[in-house]
Amino acid sequence: MKDNLSVAQLQNKCVDLKKEVVTMIYKAQSGHPGGSLSVADFITACYFREMDVDPENPRWPERDRFVLSKGHVCPAQYAALAMKGFFDMSVLDTLRREGSPLQGHPDMKKCPGIDISTGSLGQGLACAVGMALAAKMDHKGYRVYAAVGDGECQEGEIWEAAQTANKYGLDNLVVFVDNNNLQLDGTCDEVMPNIDLGKKFAAFGFDAYEIDGNDMAQMVAALELARAVKNGRPKCIFGHTVKGNGVSFMENQCGWHGVAPNEAQYQQAIDELDKQYVAC
Amino acid sequence: MSENKIATRDGFGEAIVELGKANPNICVVDIDIGKSCKTGAFRKELPAQYLNVGIAEQNGAGVAAGLATCGKIPFVVTYAAFGSMRICEMIRQQICYPHLNVKIACSHGGVTPANDGASHQCIEDMGILRTIPNMTVVMPADYHAAKALVKAAAAYDGPVYLRFTRDAVPVVYDENAVFEIGKANLLRQGQDVAILANGDTVCIALAAAEALSAKGVSARVLDMHTVKPLDVDAVKACIRDTGRLITVEDHNILNGLGSAVADVVAESGKGVLRRVGVQDQFGQSAPYARLLEMNGITAENITALALELLK
Repeated sequence: MKDNLSVAQLQNKCVDLKKEVVTMIYKAQSGHPGGSLSVADFITACYFREMDVDPENPRWPERDRFVLSKGHVCPAQYAALAMKGFFDMSVLDTLRREGSPLQGHPDMKKCPGIDISTGSLGQGLACAVGMALAAKMDHKGYRVYAAVGDGECQEGEIWEAAQTANKYGLDNLVVFVDNNNLQLDGTCDEVMPNIDLGKKFAAFGFDAYEIDGNDMAQMVAALELARAVKNGRPKCIFGHTVKGNGVSFMENQCGWHGVAPNEAQYQQAIDELDKQYVAC
Repeated sequence: MSENKIATRDGFGEAIVELGKANPNICVVDIDIGKSCKTGAFRKELPAQYLNVGIAEQNGAGVAAGLATCGKIPFVVTYAAFGSMRICEMIRQQICYPHLNVKIACSHGGVTPANDGASHQCIEDMGILRTIPNMTVVMPADYHAAKALVKAAAAYDGPVYLRFTRDAVPVVYDENAVFEIGKANLLRQGQDVAILANGDTVCIALAAAEALSAKGVSARVLDMHTVKPLDVDAVKACIRDTGRLITVEDHNILNGLGSAVADVVAESGKGVLRRVGVQDQFGQSAPYARLLEMNGITAENITALALELLK
């Protein structure tokens, strides 16, 4: 059940996804656009090329798993799940509404395609490690993809999980570090310098690939490398990204961490994104 | 009650091996205190089902949650102080909120890690964890109860917190005793006063009932091994039949069994209640029996309270 889009097709899919993200948050007048846009390329590449999942059978035991450890950027994952066919596109209009499967942070019991509930930062990577361990224990081939934020890497549990991934040789685990250098209270450098997260993951036993995390060609290449290298080491894609990527007035603006656009801003965002489609 | 004494952690250690042999999805997530928590046999006999994540409790809870989403039935094994408070929010967010099939199995509950002092004694855990939706909280009274309730927890699909003793406690049950999560065990019938205890205080409650009997007082004794969901019907029956209730627990009198029973008594508008337990104070390095005594968790104190209620 894998899609196998080309890089150009994925770039366009990513523009579609970003438009859905902005639209959802605009309609809900609530949500986190900045990080949803910086992580969009990774999510697009995972769902439309890399991962083997079945929208008709979301709990298919052999499926690849996705863990959005930085759960507040779930609009990007919700958009991917809807575009993939896990639920109807109209459900996206219910983001953060009472009774919606699309909770403010991902809920595995309410939303088809969510493999683990997240929302409290720092906790998702350990869950991803547990999933990758289960695959190894059961001699299954499924792989686990986790997205963590650079700010989130200030949580100690991330590193507890990383050392466990190293101990058990989880080469079926890929951690994407969405390194947009912004967190709620300011830049990561101001709030708590992260040193070099690529080197840090490498020091914890990961094969780390440093890329432009908003460059689809580099993303695809890194994911393919991570899949190909079966050397008993977990993989880290250290992606330099831009918070608010693709929407000029949101880019690199800390203030767009958790704010919804107004009508004029929404229209401008869609207009800008519409110009980003490429010829296939 | 036999003279034989065994720590309930030993019952856990034996039961988990039996469970693991019967079901390959049962696994242990140790946090570097497996030797103390009695997972040594499991580690030796079932290495493919055994993980040790090092001194990293938060990660242990998260790894267990991930395992559970893939069909495993992980037992996270540590001391009560760490398995409740150190990882409280991980239990809430990653295990209870999605109602995952993870068991938190903790030795060193209450004041039983006596000589280790206050840092390792744990008097707050059951109160904290019973506040979290979807959580089940269990403390077995003896070796046989521990074995049976570990198996019941494994059979139950959802989060369970199991609390064991470090110190040896008297054997109260025989190996054929039947346990159901959420259902109190009636150990002694009585009409004048009801003593509701759990864990290592059940034997103290039974001793108090024996002493009361010698004074012509008929005391009912219930093993409230499940603090949540509380056997409300059993508590109501105590209110109806005796009107006088005493709770006994190796836990802070705040928020544990005593508070859970107090909720039922208060809402019924009938009956009187006295709570015996740790007096909202930290312990110290001292013999286990002395720590119980410092908090009035003794058969003598329970007997005196019962006689006072009967005046």
